[in-house]
Amino acid sequence: MKIFAILTAALLAAVPAVHAQDIVEVRSDGGLTAWLVEEPSIPIVAIEISVRGGASIDPDGQEGVARLTMGLLDEGAGALDATAFSQAEESLGVSLSFGSGRDHATISARMLSENREESLALLRTALMEPRFDEEAIERVRGQILSRIRSDAADPNSLAGQAYRTMAFPDHPYGRPTDGTLESVAALTREDVVAAHRALLVRDRLFIGVVGDISADEVGPMLDALLGDLPTGGPDLPAEVSPILDGGIEVVSFATPQSVALFGQPGIARDDADFYAAFVMNHILGGGGFSSRLTEEVREKRGLTYGVGSYLVNYEQSDVYLGTVASANGRIAEAVEVIAEEWRRMAEEGVSAEDLEKAKRFLTGAYPLRFDSNASIARILVGVQEAGLPITYPVERNSLIEAVTLEDVNRVAAELLQPDALTFVVVGQPEGLPATN
Amino acid sequence: MSRFARFFTAPLFIALWLAPAARADAEVTTFTLENGMDVVVIEDNRAPIVTHMVWYRVGAADEPPGKSGIAHYLEHLMFKGTDEIPEGAFSKIVAENGGTDNAFTSWDYTGYFQRIAADRLDIVMRMEADRMRDLVISEAVWQPERDVILEERNTRVENDPSAIFSEQQNAALFLNHPYSVPIIGWRHEIEELTREDALDFYARYYAPNNAILIVAGDVTPDGVRELAEIHYGVISPNPDLPPRVRPQEPPQLSPRRITYSDPRVRQPYVIRTYLAPERDSGAQEEAAALTILARLLGASGITSVFGQRLQVEEGIALSTGAYYRGLGLDDQSFGIYAVPVPGTSLEEAEARLDAAIAAFLEEGPDPEHLERIKTQLRAGEIFARDDQGRLARRYGVALTAGLTVEDVEAWPDILDAVTAEDVMKAAENVFDIRRSVTGWLLTEDAVDGATGEVTQ
Repeated sequence: MKIFAILTAALLAAVPAVHAQDIVEVRSDGGLTAWLVEEPSIPIVAIEISVRGGASIDPDGQEGVARLTMGLLDEGAGALDATAFSQAEESLGVSLSFGSGRDHATISARMLSENREESLALLRTALMEPRFDEEAIERVRGQILSRIRSDAADPNSLAGQAYRTMAFPDHPYGRPTDGTLESVAALTREDVVAAHRALLVRDRLFIGVVGDISADEVGPMLDALLGDLPTGGPDLPAEVSPILDGGIEVVSFATPQSVALFGQPGIARDDADFYAAFVMNHILGGGGFSSRLTEEVREKRGLTYGVGSYLVNYEQSDVYLGTVASANGRIAEAVEVIAEEWRRMAEEGVSAEDLEKAKRFLTGAYPLRFDSNASIARILVGVQEAGLPITYPVERNSLIEAVTLEDVNRVAAELLQPDALTFVVVGQPEGLPATN
Repeated sequence: MSRFARFFTAPLFIALWLAPAARADAEVTTFTLENGMDVVVIEDNRAPIVTHMVWYRVGAADEPPGKSGIAHYLEHLMFKGTDEIPEGAFSKIVAENGGTDNAFTSWDYTGYFQRIAADRLDIVMRMEADRMRDLVISEAVWQPERDVILEERNTRVENDPSAIFSEQQNAALFLNHPYSVPIIGWRHEIEELTREDALDFYARYYAPNNAILIVAGDVTPDGVRELAEIHYGVISPNPDLPPRVRPQEPPQLSPRRITYSDPRVRQPYVIRTYLAPERDSGAQEEAAALTILARLLGASGITSVFGQRLQVEEGIALSTGAYYRGLGLDDQSFGIYAVPVPGTSLEEAEARLDAAIAAFLEEGPDPEHLERIKTQLRAGEIFARDDQGRLARRYGVALTAGLTVEDVEAWPDILDAVTAEDVMKAAENVFDIRRSVTGWLLTEDAVDGATGEVTQ
């Protein structure tokens, strides 16, 4: 006990996030902006692009069209059909992936320096000239429909969908990102072409570039790759407050272990108290093996393999969510313990020692995220999506350090609403009073 | 005396691909401490971060009969504390130093790791060394942790019909080898595991002469050696370390078929697993050919043999694939699968898979396809250098599977040297139906309403 106590007491200051100070903004002649970290020691380049909108702008009745459309970009483009396109990717050793989340369409590419020009040309073809061949549409549609069917019997997916339906009943966030069996079956090639025009627009881009490429090269690269995208997409959905009023909703499903989602309204990313809330959540349920929820639910009682909580910031809403899974006969106790920890944090807050330990972890672990070109590229895009300045990666640890005990305990009391903590439980839970 | 070897990773593909000046190969150094603990140092100085790992040459396939899950249960209990680290404090100390930690168990290895600022390496090494011999498992913690593992089994297996099916299929593939037993253990045996079982297993296998230290990141070999000698070098080896001899497979003479039906299944599929040779030290050629065979057959839903035929041309499958598990101490597996489109039966999907294999055995690989796969493998070697954790795992998995650092370094060149003839020979050897299990995962109503039925 003694040795390690001494060791931890004599800590040095946390190391800075590597390359955080090396992030530069590059503006192309054509007016596109990217954040760049030059890292020439390995002859590869990682490019991460996200476009605001994603599944949230799926037209009514066309739920799932963003996913289908993005999934078709590498299924044939320009002169290349699906097979020829994949073969070209393989010949260049380039990896291209396309997807759509709730708020953003995403494009990831990693390529070898020596094949950079050809790889970028292939990527451009996918973005600008996708063929949307009927047979490719049918093939990818079939894959998505299969996934939707499987999700309908997967307790995690069922919990997520039940939660979104409850929290966002009249908003695009309440719809499944993959769409429904009906909506996906009804999508036409014209819908996909229109979605392509709506999703990939140059005035909603966030771009991160990391690797063996110089600032001088990035501008022309951006203009060649993205300069011909159209401007202006459909209106983004309105801001929305989640409807989470407390209680427990049970979705009956025959499976041995109940899966629960729990949550309440969250806090905006640009709220002055965000960092205090972030530190508070780390102590309550965000901190992996060190959190109170893990300590109480897993370590002391053996009720679960995993429990955690997360501050989630969508573009148009903020929620505070958590997950847990316990055998049907034990989930009631897990729910009770979580609700009690929520209440205890709201009423009693944290100690100075809790805060100090949390700060040490959060400031020490932040640089660990900057450990590869690919992960740095994703961070660069994530920071832009959140509307934070380019200096954020350098300043982030001081923002954590500035959080005071008073801040944390005030925010715990204000933010946490034990009466609004709402559970959705999928399974056959025993002894759980469904109140919704 | 310890040996000391220093070398660089093999050049990848110098002539056509990369000018030598552009290469930045990961620098790997190995040595062995006097107590028998092997050390691998992978230098990556791009960031002041370090990944510190200790791998034990013991896993689920080394468990005593009737104690399935004990290797994994012990892995969990290793976080409870030592004579010097208070109960429940291990991961918290790592976290208070700004680090993250975790552990993993497989059939042939158990590994522990921390990721942390490079200047904290001394702290985590001291802690890891401490729990190599001085683990404390109190009466208060062992039963709740066993419950945690039962919940882990619920999450990973019982709640997922595909995982239940996979467990049954694996049990059918191995007639005699303990690879037939799931890593996490069978539920009825996990329920009976005790603190004493864990401590017995710990005393037998956790020793420096059964461990590999891997440090990747912003370090120097000399710096690691100095710390390793201080922390690990003082631990006595276990002279009674048992040899790793497991029951081997008899000649497999009878093809097996299983079906598993479950009302939670919405997407049926067919999968066949074949017994396959593993990578052997100094003789990895057949494994290399199998690695490339798996990619030719099933690495892409579009360009691979299965993808092109079943998904693109015939349109009878939503997804197809092939995989080869080559890393392990004993014989491993080669798998193929097809997920049919609605309206296509599993019988038909299986027949189309078999037809694709038959055609492949007749025609051999398309030379351009083979070349594209080699290009991807070479590119993969360069991308791998962007991920220090992945490089570290590559060494850990190989060394605990009986391979040497030299084998790991030679692997890219061996893959690159595989010919079409090598692939065909490996395919003819591995596709022996007598050494296979064909499994059908079904929705409940597909088999006359039988629930949870497992036939063999």
